Amino acid sequence: MMSNLLHPGLILILGGLLLPFFRGIWRSLWSLSIPLLALIAVWMIDNESRLSVHFLDYDLQLLVADRLSRLFATVFSIMAFAGVLYCYRQARTVELSAAMLYAGSAIAVVYAGDLLTLFIFWELMALGSMFIIWSAGTMASWQASRRYIMIHLLGGVILMTGITFYVLETGSLAFTEMQADRLSTWFILIGFLVNVGAPPLSAWIADAYPEASFSGMVFLSAFTTKTAVYVLLRGFPGTDLLIYLGLFMIFYGIIYALLENDMRRILAYSIVNQVGFMVCGIGIGSEMALNGAASHAFTHIIYKALLLMSAGSVLYMTGKRKCTDLGGLFQSMPLTAICGIIGALAISSFPLTSGFISKSMITQATVDYHLLYPWLLLQAASAGVFLHAGIKFPWYVFFQKDSGLRPDDPPLNMRLAMILFAFLCLFLGVAPAWLYQLLPYPVEYVPYTAAHVLTQLQLLLFSGLAFFILLPLMQRTLTISLDFDWFYRRFFPLLFTLIEAIWLRLVRLSLGVYAGIRQVVFTGLGFIYQSPLISQSAARVSLAVIWVVLFLAGYLVFYLIEN
Amino acid sequence: MKKHWLYTDEGRRGVWRTGIIVLVVTVISELFITLHPHFSIERVFAFYALYGFLSCVAMVLFARLLGYLIKRRDDYYDE
Repeated sequence: MMSNLLHPGLILILGGLLLPFFRGIWRSLWSLSIPLLALIAVWMIDNESRLSVHFLDYDLQLLVADRLSRLFATVFSIMAFAGVLYCYRQARTVELSAAMLYAGSAIAVVYAGDLLTLFIFWELMALGSMFIIWSAGTMASWQASRRYIMIHLLGGVILMTGITFYVLETGSLAFTEMQADRLSTWFILIGFLVNVGAPPLSAWIADAYPEASFSGMVFLSAFTTKTAVYVLLRGFPGTDLLIYLGLFMIFYGIIYALLENDMRRILAYSIVNQVGFMVCGIGIGSEMALNGAASHAFTHIIYKALLLMSAGSVLYMTGKRKCTDLGGLFQSMPLTAICGIIGALAISSFPLTSGFISKSMITQATVDYHLLYPWLLLQAASAGVFLHAGIKFPWYVFFQKDSGLRPDDPPLNMRLAMILFAFLCLFLGVAPAWLYQLLPYPVEYVPYTAAHVLTQLQLLLFSGLAFFILLPLMQRTLTISLDFDWFYRRFFPLLFTLIEAIWLRLVRLSLGVYAGIRQVVFTGLGFIYQSPLISQSAARVSLAVIWVVLFLAGYLVFYLIEN
Repeated sequence: MKKHWLYTDEGRRGVWRTGIIVLVVTVISELFITLHPHFSIERVFAFYALYGFLSCVAMVLFARLLGYLIKRRDDYYDE
């Protein structure tokens, strides 16, 4: 164990846990300085650093650093700082504390050198993010946080199962590149894919995140899906399946966002869309594509947080989140509108913004490999991003019909956080070398050629034309769109109620028959079994027994398959 | 309350006019800039403009159709 090394993730985790002990000015100073301290610690770590602890029979690699982990840890620390700056005066202490815990465990996942360490912080991240959703304090957020943790615990169990078998097979805990060619690595891959928002479970993002507070969603958008991108980058580069999953996520995000009325759910679906680009790049697996995926994760965290800060400011000032209630806000919230538009341009990969220099590397990778259909789909998707996020979000929130609302721009600290991230979106767009030198592989790509700028402008501006021509077809309605979460919110509960009802009836029937027989045989004792109280509780107990038997049977089946 | 110029008919016409000029310029510029088509389909004149426009139309129509199937009132899950 090296003692001259500070673990940036642990700084944030400890900082978050100690936050509730501070009040007033000290609370502000503490919450703002901890992420900065973490950022400094990230940059103090050289790329050969190691930090390990002995635990039971294992040497846990708490910190293994290289270029890729530094890239992600850097953007996570920057994000933690801007997120705290955005809300340290407005957010509840429990939310700030959970956010720091969440960011810290995300950084710890990035530095984890072995699968057990990774898993521990992976689960801590799930807890931290659940507390963020929950701390919004509404009934909806409480229910959403429960559905959210259910999905992530499921993913965690799948991941842990995979890790266990992987360790049994290979005898090694080390987290290195693997192939999805046997059950153990498939389980690990599926565990990762749950957090990346892959189908069929993509719905948890749009279900849970928008129920967080105005500031909570800013944090949530950054860490869970991007740590999943990171572990896929490290664990499964070049896995063909990821190309198709990524493409599916891209279009799923666009179509659902087009149908959506809630501004923050639009942005939630667009997380799935953007992460789809990264997953697709990881699937392609060339150095260009992996650089593209990594840099896109970096720029995406910043512009998506900026978009959500802008939406969060609108929510904070008006209390409204539906497009049908908003409109015309650019008149009284000019700064929020401008920052939102900069974020929207960046997510659309407009020239001179950060999205332009990162996403084009993924597209370029398909050209290098002569993949015509993926290329065509990615180009269509780039147009679709402008459609569903680039124009739709600012148009319905800040322009369209005048809603008559005249809220002011939000308080100073919220404005500063937005200005910082808007600046970064533009800075990375005009000075790409700054980001390129941080990428895992050497970059020879030149984003700014006359041809590239022109073709991108044609693609985007004509998508814009399509938006305004088709505006009548996109009238906002007071609706939501059904998704896979329907199965666990509606279908399964109904199914279980049905099974339970049938079972109870069967038990009562058989008890009745039994009682009848008893009555004939022991006339004197028969009345006990006719008592509704006793038969009811007997049926409940037998139902619990049935569940236990089912679980044990399931366990047995798994055991037999594995042997 | 004074109407912002963007909400007047005149302002709206101005925005459309400017927009269309910009669109025309991006297409015409193609005559003066050497593109580097990789796939043969890229050789079509104004390919990116056409493709961007048409794919957006396709996505909006598809979303519209899917909407009939999966849209529900937004209090659907509230009991």
